[in-house]
Amino acid sequence: MRRYVIRRIAQAVGVLWAAYTISFLVLDFLPGDPVSAMAGAGSDAGPVDPAQLARLRHEYGFDKPVLLQYLDYLGKAVRGDFGDSISTGRPVTATLAEALPQTLALAGAALLLAVVFGGGLAVLATYTNQRWLRQLLLSLPPLGVSVPTFWIGLMLVELFSFRLRLFPAFGGDGLRGLALPAVALAVPTGAIVAQVLAKSLLTALDEAYIETARAKGAGRARIHLRHALRNASLPALTVVGLLAGQMMANSVVIETVFSRDGIGRVTASAVTVQDIPLVQGVVVFGSLVFVVVNLVVDLVYPLLDPRIVVATGRRVGVA
Amino acid sequence: MSQGLVDDVAAGAVLGAESADRGGVPGKRRSVVRFFLRRPGLVASVVVVVLVVLAAFWPDLFTAQDPLRGTPAQLFQAPGGAHWFGTDELGRDVFARVVHGAQLSLQATLIALAVAFAAGGLLGLVAGFVGRWVEDVLMRFVDVLLSIPALFLSLALVTALGYGTVKVAVAVGIASVAGFARVMRAEVLRARQAVFVEAARSCGVRWYSVLLRHVLPNAIGPVVVLATVEIGTAILAVSSLSFLGYGAPPPAPEWGTLISDGRNYLANAWWLTTLPGLTIAVTVLATNRIARALDGEWARQR
Repeated sequence: MRRYVIRRIAQAVGVLWAAYTISFLVLDFLPGDPVSAMAGAGSDAGPVDPAQLARLRHEYGFDKPVLLQYLDYLGKAVRGDFGDSISTGRPVTATLAEALPQTLALAGAALLLAVVFGGGLAVLATYTNQRWLRQLLLSLPPLGVSVPTFWIGLMLVELFSFRLRLFPAFGGDGLRGLALPAVALAVPTGAIVAQVLAKSLLTALDEAYIETARAKGAGRARIHLRHALRNASLPALTVVGLLAGQMMANSVVIETVFSRDGIGRVTASAVTVQDIPLVQGVVVFGSLVFVVVNLVVDLVYPLLDPRIVVATGRRVGVA
Repeated sequence: MSQGLVDDVAAGAVLGAESADRGGVPGKRRSVVRFFLRRPGLVASVVVVVLVVLAAFWPDLFTAQDPLRGTPAQLFQAPGGAHWFGTDELGRDVFARVVHGAQLSLQATLIALAVAFAAGGLLGLVAGFVGRWVEDVLMRFVDVLLSIPALFLSLALVTALGYGTVKVAVAVGIASVAGFARVMRAEVLRARQAVFVEAARSCGVRWYSVLLRHVLPNAIGPVVVLATVEIGTAILAVSSLSFLGYGAPPPAPEWGTLISDGRNYLANAWWLTTLPGLTIAVTVLATNRIARALDGEWARQR
């Protein structure tokens, strides 16, 4: 078990390193001169003084060979230093750390809603004997993945803030401010959780052990929840892990819609002013979230399903 | 990405159906009709997609109004007979803007898919066909791409490339390369093990002939199916980026831009956000429905 954990952590670090490299290649290697963008950012003044450009270039190390630049930046990144934001001049790491709690609250609430309602929908749809109810429930998830997230947010504001005046439209602190954005963010994820869980529940209900449980006289609800759901929840858990990074990314749109502070807002404004260090920090952060959540999911797996033996070093979970 | 995630594994089935389709027996036609009659939702989806494509190429079929020039006397008119989707803050007809916006949105979607299909397909093809360390390196690269949330990757690319419909489309396309590479590689590996590939090899056929005439045609089907599955995802991703303001510059009626413009008038003119958003949702729903039909139902029916 310990060797497995160490191996997985090493893998995770490798993925992070590669993600950093890709973001470096994308942002520092592509056309467009970061220094002129930097000098131009925030000011609409005409052409920038060439001498000043050269000085900036030197300051940021852009006059060095690319490989040296890369190693230089990588060395700093390993120590948690992603440079300073171009627009605010503050360290990228501090900016992200400050924005993180807001986004974590939002994403956490959304994840909870997605799992509870998505999972509930799947359980109910596979449990009910009413054909119409089942069809109705199963038609919701495809709808959920087809609707733009930002539009859901705007519709919720329209309905609950402007018409019914139940929730604050924009900003807003505490639970009341969190409700609408969390619901909007939960819809696409919840829809996918529902789809995956319904599929694997139907598969599980066809298994022989269900027959055995029925033969032993277990009730329908008990069979559904204790036997089928327990086995069927593993694929859903994997999907939740895979979707965690996506949820972080969707917060860009949702936080913009609701004018909430957080990683998403930071990202949106960083892209707008071409704040390269900040965007790079966000990309690596997104990858970090993905890697950490999947690591946790993989480590939790054997606890939920004792049949999975990690000692052999076999990679568990869906690739 | 999300939709692809759910069933990218199951994308394999259509290949057989396509080859069986070439018989041309009279009974086949009746079964096609029955297939569609039993699925009114699918028929509606096909109609929606046809309408969107028509709107993209011939917007004048649907509206004679100017999408860019408004009538100052008719600001903020609610939807009605004269203006189906109402008018906006400059008195422009929103329906005309949605119809004309179809072109930009469809263009962006197709570019994104083409980029993802070509780049991902090539990665997967090379990885699957060459094998050994090349495969390891390429597929680890794909794994890393998967670990970066698609929207973040697109945003990084937009930061580097700049704004505009085409650039946004390319950014969305590159962000969805990974899925295509994976399916392509899996299919190439499957096709490579077929007996006819073995036979061709042992007859002394050159490697590029084996690749182009035997492996590729047998591997590409599921990748095409994945492309249809990804249409909806691409439409959503493109509209998200243009909603955030990275798409075409202001007067252009891109779908995401329409919604973000209307956002300022949410309290007094609901139609400015609701109706364009509904258009996106219906379009994505329709393409997803068709993709699902291609993906399994059609093959299972036979």
